[in-house]
Amino acid sequence: MPTVHFNKDVFERYVGKKLPIEELKDRISFLGTDLEGIEDNIITVEVFPNRPDMLSVQGFARAFSSFIGNETGFKEYKSTPSHEKVIIEKEVHSVRPYTSCAIVRGMKFNDETIKEVIDIQEKLHITYGRSRKKVAIGIYPFEKIKTPIRFTAMKPEDIVFRPLDANKEMNAREILEQHPTGQAYGHLLEGKKMFPVFLDADNKVLSVPPIINSEETGRITEKTTDVFVECSGFEYELLSKCLNMILTAMADMGGHVYSMQLEYPDKTITNPDFEPTELDIDLAYVNKRLGLDIKEKELKHLLEKMGYGHKNGKVLVPCYRADILYQIDVAEDLAIAHGFENFEETIPNVATIAQEAPKEVLKNKVADLLVGLGFQETATYNLSNEEHQSTMMDSNIKPIKLANAVSLEYNVLRAWLLPSLMEILRHNSHYEYPQKLFTYGITFSKNNSTDTGVGEKIGLAIISSHEKADYTEARQIVEYILKAFGAKGVVEEVEFPSFISGRASHITIDGKPLATLGELSPKVLKNWGLEMPAIGIEFSIETLFEHINKNK
Amino acid sequence: MDTKKLALSLHPLERKVLPLLKKTSKFEELISLSQMQQVEVMRALQWLSNKKAIVLHEELKELIRLEENGKEYQKKGLPEYRFLRAIKGEDTVDEIKKYTELSDEEATVCLGHLRKKGFISMRKDGASLVISLTEAGKKAAKEKHTEESLLEKSFPLQAQSLSPAEKEAILQLRTRKNILASDLQKIITAKLTDLGKKLSDEDIPDDVADRVTSALLKSDKWSSTSFRRYDVKINVPPIHGGRRHYVEQAIKYIKRIWLDLGFKEMEGNMVQTAFWDLDALFVPQDHPAREMQDTFYLKDPAAGKLPKLASKVKDMHEHGGTLGSKGWGSKWSSEIAMQNMLRTHTTVLSAQTIAKLHEEDLPAKYFTVGRVYRNEALSWKHLFEFTQVEGIVVDPDANFKHLKGYLSNFFKKMGFEKIRIRPGHFPYTEPSAEVDVWHPTKKQWVELGGSGIFRPEVVEPLLGKDVPVLAWGLGLERSIMEYYGFQDVRLLYQNDLKNLRESKLWLR
Repeated sequence: MPTVHFNKDVFERYVGKKLPIEELKDRISFLGTDLEGIEDNIITVEVFPNRPDMLSVQGFARAFSSFIGNETGFKEYKSTPSHEKVIIEKEVHSVRPYTSCAIVRGMKFNDETIKEVIDIQEKLHITYGRSRKKVAIGIYPFEKIKTPIRFTAMKPEDIVFRPLDANKEMNAREILEQHPTGQAYGHLLEGKKMFPVFLDADNKVLSVPPIINSEETGRITEKTTDVFVECSGFEYELLSKCLNMILTAMADMGGHVYSMQLEYPDKTITNPDFEPTELDIDLAYVNKRLGLDIKEKELKHLLEKMGYGHKNGKVLVPCYRADILYQIDVAEDLAIAHGFENFEETIPNVATIAQEAPKEVLKNKVADLLVGLGFQETATYNLSNEEHQSTMMDSNIKPIKLANAVSLEYNVLRAWLLPSLMEILRHNSHYEYPQKLFTYGITFSKNNSTDTGVGEKIGLAIISSHEKADYTEARQIVEYILKAFGAKGVVEEVEFPSFISGRASHITIDGKPLATLGELSPKVLKNWGLEMPAIGIEFSIETLFEHINKNK
Repeated sequence: MDTKKLALSLHPLERKVLPLLKKTSKFEELISLSQMQQVEVMRALQWLSNKKAIVLHEELKELIRLEENGKEYQKKGLPEYRFLRAIKGEDTVDEIKKYTELSDEEATVCLGHLRKKGFISMRKDGASLVISLTEAGKKAAKEKHTEESLLEKSFPLQAQSLSPAEKEAILQLRTRKNILASDLQKIITAKLTDLGKKLSDEDIPDDVADRVTSALLKSDKWSSTSFRRYDVKINVPPIHGGRRHYVEQAIKYIKRIWLDLGFKEMEGNMVQTAFWDLDALFVPQDHPAREMQDTFYLKDPAAGKLPKLASKVKDMHEHGGTLGSKGWGSKWSSEIAMQNMLRTHTTVLSAQTIAKLHEEDLPAKYFTVGRVYRNEALSWKHLFEFTQVEGIVVDPDANFKHLKGYLSNFFKKMGFEKIRIRPGHFPYTEPSAEVDVWHPTKKQWVELGGSGIFRPEVVEPLLGKDVPVLAWGLGLERSIMEYYGFQDVRLLYQNDLKNLRESKLWLR
C-alpha cells in the first residue's frame, strides 16, 4: 500500500481547479484513497494497490479532476507513428518473453520533473511490478540510441557495459555480484543461463532488465527532450497497461507520444494501444447491488465523473485502468460517483433466527461456575514457546512449530494451557494470595484426519495457588463442574512429570480424556520463580461437550 | 456528641482502660493496673484517641541503667578508688590486690587509670612493683568523686535530669566494660479530654456483647443482650472475587448485538490452508500479504489438503471462471494454496460458511468473534494475535445501503452515534469501504474496521451463484482500549492481577 507525497501546487495545477482545504481533504477521502494529511503544501495519501494509475500526480489529478466535476469524461490520448521498431528475438522468449515500448518527444526536463518520472517508475516497480518481478520499466534518452532496438538474450559474460552509477565497464555477471542494484535484484535472474538485454543498432547495451540501465544510454538529464520507454515482463497485458500509465502521465506533462512497431517472432504489434476497452454492464444488476435507481441518462453523467466513456450502451474503460475485471468494478466507481456519504442506512425486514455456537454456550456456563467459585479469568495467547510448554513444566511435550515467527518467545502453537497460567502466576507473585485463575484457549496437536493435519480443541486450564492448595481442591473443582452437568468421570492415577508423583490423576468420561490434574511439583514451581504451592487442572471442553450432546 | 451512644460503642479493651485513666496517665502504670498485655492497652488507647476521648502523648527519653559490673561497683565502690584508698605509704601491687580483693585484670586497669590521672607514682623494687600516692593522689583519696556519687543514685536514671558534669561522668563510665548502658524509651502518656471525662462517668453495662454467636442464640440471654456499636463509617479492607476477563465481557456483549439482529455464530480453526484464507477470497497468489513478513506459516505440517471446489477457484483466478470476469489472468498453483498458515482474518470462516450454504438457506446472516494472527513483533500498537469481529449477510436482495444499516446499528450499540463509510480497497470486496466512527470525546473520525460486498469472483465458486454477500471485519481491541483508557495494546493481555481485580466491568 504505497504512500505518496504530492506537492499541492503542482497537484492543483494539473487538476485545473483550487478547492478550499477542508473541501479538498473531504473530496480526496471520498474519491478512494486514504488521506493521511495535508501539511506544508504536501498532500500525503495512501494509494490503494488496485489503482497504480494514481501513483503519479498526473494520474491522481486526472481522477480527482473528473470526480469533482471539473474535467469529466473519457480522456483521449493520441499517438503518432514514429516509424521506429523494436525487434524481439526468439532467444529472449524463455527468459523474459514480452516487452511493451514507445517514444515520447518534446519533454521539458528539470530537476523536479526528472524526480517525478523516476518516482513514478519506482512506485510502479514496487507495487504493480511486484518489486520488478512482474514488470521492469526502463526509461532512456532517445537521442543516445540508434534504432532499430533489439530485445534479446545473451550469456551474462558477453553483456559488457558501464551500468548506472558505476565508474567502469562490467559484464552482467559481475554487475549481479558487485553492483548494489545487481545484488538487490539479482535473485530475479537466478538460475538463468542467458540474461535479457536491450541493444541498439550499434550493439550498445541499453539495459539488462530487470536489473539496470547503462550509464551512457540510460540516464535522463535536463538536456533530454525525447525518451524511449519500455516495460518488460511475463504477461503482455500487464506491460501494456503499465506503459499506458507512464505514457499518459508524460503526455499530461506536455510530451507527445510516438508509437513503435514491436516485431515478435510470430507477429508484429503496434505500441502503445490507447484504445479503451469496451465493457457491457447490466444496469439492473448494478442498481440491485447498490440499492440505487440510476437511469440511463444519469449513468452517462456518473461514468464521466469517474473518467469512463459511454458509447452505444457500452462503457469505455480507459487504457490506464488496470483494475477493471468485471462489471462489479464499474459498479464500485458508480457508487463513488454517487457519493458513499449519500447512501441511506437501511436494515431490510428480513427475519432470520439467531443461533449461538453450542460450544461457546458451554464455555460461558463453565466460566460462570468458576467465577462462582471465586476464580479470575485471564486472557492468554495461543502462541507460546518450547521452553514454557515443555522444559519449564518438566515435561517433554513437543508443540507444533511455526516456520517463520519473528519472535523467539512466540514461535509454537500451544499444546496445553497450564504453562500460560504459570506465566501469569510468575508475574503476579507480589500480589495477595490466594490467586485463583482460569483461561480458555485452543490446544493444537498433529492430527492426520483433518484437512490441515493439525487438530484444534477448545481447552480450559485452572490454577489455584495459596498455602493450603492441594490435590483435594483440584478434584473438588472438577467434580463441582461435572455435577452441574449431571456428569461423572472415571478417576485414574497418573504419572505426570509436572505434578507430584502420587498427587495427580487423569479423569476420563465415555473413555475419552476429560482432565489431568494434580499438585504442581516444587521443581516446576521453582522453575517459574514461585514460592507458593499451587494445583493445576488441564480440562477438555470438547470432551465435556461431546458427553453432554450424547446424553441429550 | 451523644456520649451515651459513644459509650455503647466502646470495645471491651477500651472499657477496661478508660476508668483507670482517672487514676494515672502513665502507660506503664496502666499496663500493671489493668493486668492487660502491652499491645492490648496500646490498641485501646489508640481507639480512645481516635474517639477524641484522650490525648496521647509520646515522648522519647534516654534512660541509663546499670549493667553487671555497674551493679557490683554500686555495692563495693569503683575499683580505682578502692585501690587508691588502699595505698598507705609504699605498697606493692600484690599487697594492695590482697587487701582490696581486686582481680589481676581489675588491678591492671586501675593502675593504668590512676597513673593517667597522676594520682600515683610507681617504681620497681626487684621483681615487684611499689606504688605510692602523689600529692594529687592524696587529695583525691579524701574527696568524693562525681562518678562515685552517681553510682549511689537510684537506677535507671533519666538522662535529661543529669547535670553536665554527671553527663560527662556517664560518658566516661560508658567507655568501660559492662558498667552502664542506655536505652531509648518511649514514654507514653494518655490524658483524658473533657469528652473522655464525661465518657468515663457514663454508666456502661457489662453485658454489651461483641458478636452474635450461635451459643448466644441457643441460650436465653439473647433477648436481653445489647451489642457494641460499631463506627460504621470507617474504611474496610477490599475483597476480590471471581470475574470474567474484560475482553471476554466485551466479546459477550458484542455477540449479543449480532444475536439480537438474528445472526448465527460461525466456528472454525485457527490453522488454515492458504486456500481458505486467501485463494477462496480471490486474493491473487502474488499479493504482498502472502509474504513471510505478514503471515505465520507452519513448519510441520507445512501443507494441508485442498477441498474439491479448489478447481472452481483455480478457474476463477486464471480466467474468470464461468462468471464473465477477466480473473487475474495468471497461473494458479495448488502448492501455494496448500501451505498451512495461521489465519490472518476471520473472513476465512465466512468463505467456509458460504461454501456450505444452499439456495434454500438464504437469506442467511452469520457472525464470529475470533483470534487472528499477523507475523509482527509485539509493540504498543501491534499484537501478533488479536481479535476480529466478522459478519456476513448472504441475501439475493442485499445491497450497499443495507451494509451501512447493519454497521450503523452495531456501532450505535457500542456507544458510537455516528458512523461514516469511505471508499476503500480489499482484494475480495467490491465495493469496499472503510468504516469510521465519530469519537464523542476526541471529536474526530476514528477508523474501526473495513467492509464491503464480496466480489462475485469470490461468491460464485463457493456458493455456485453470484449472490450479494455483505461483509465486514472490525478490530476488537481498539474499541476496548478506548473504554478502559489503555494506550498500550499489550496491556489488554498482560493479566496483571491488580488490574484485573480492580478494573471496572464492561458496563454496556
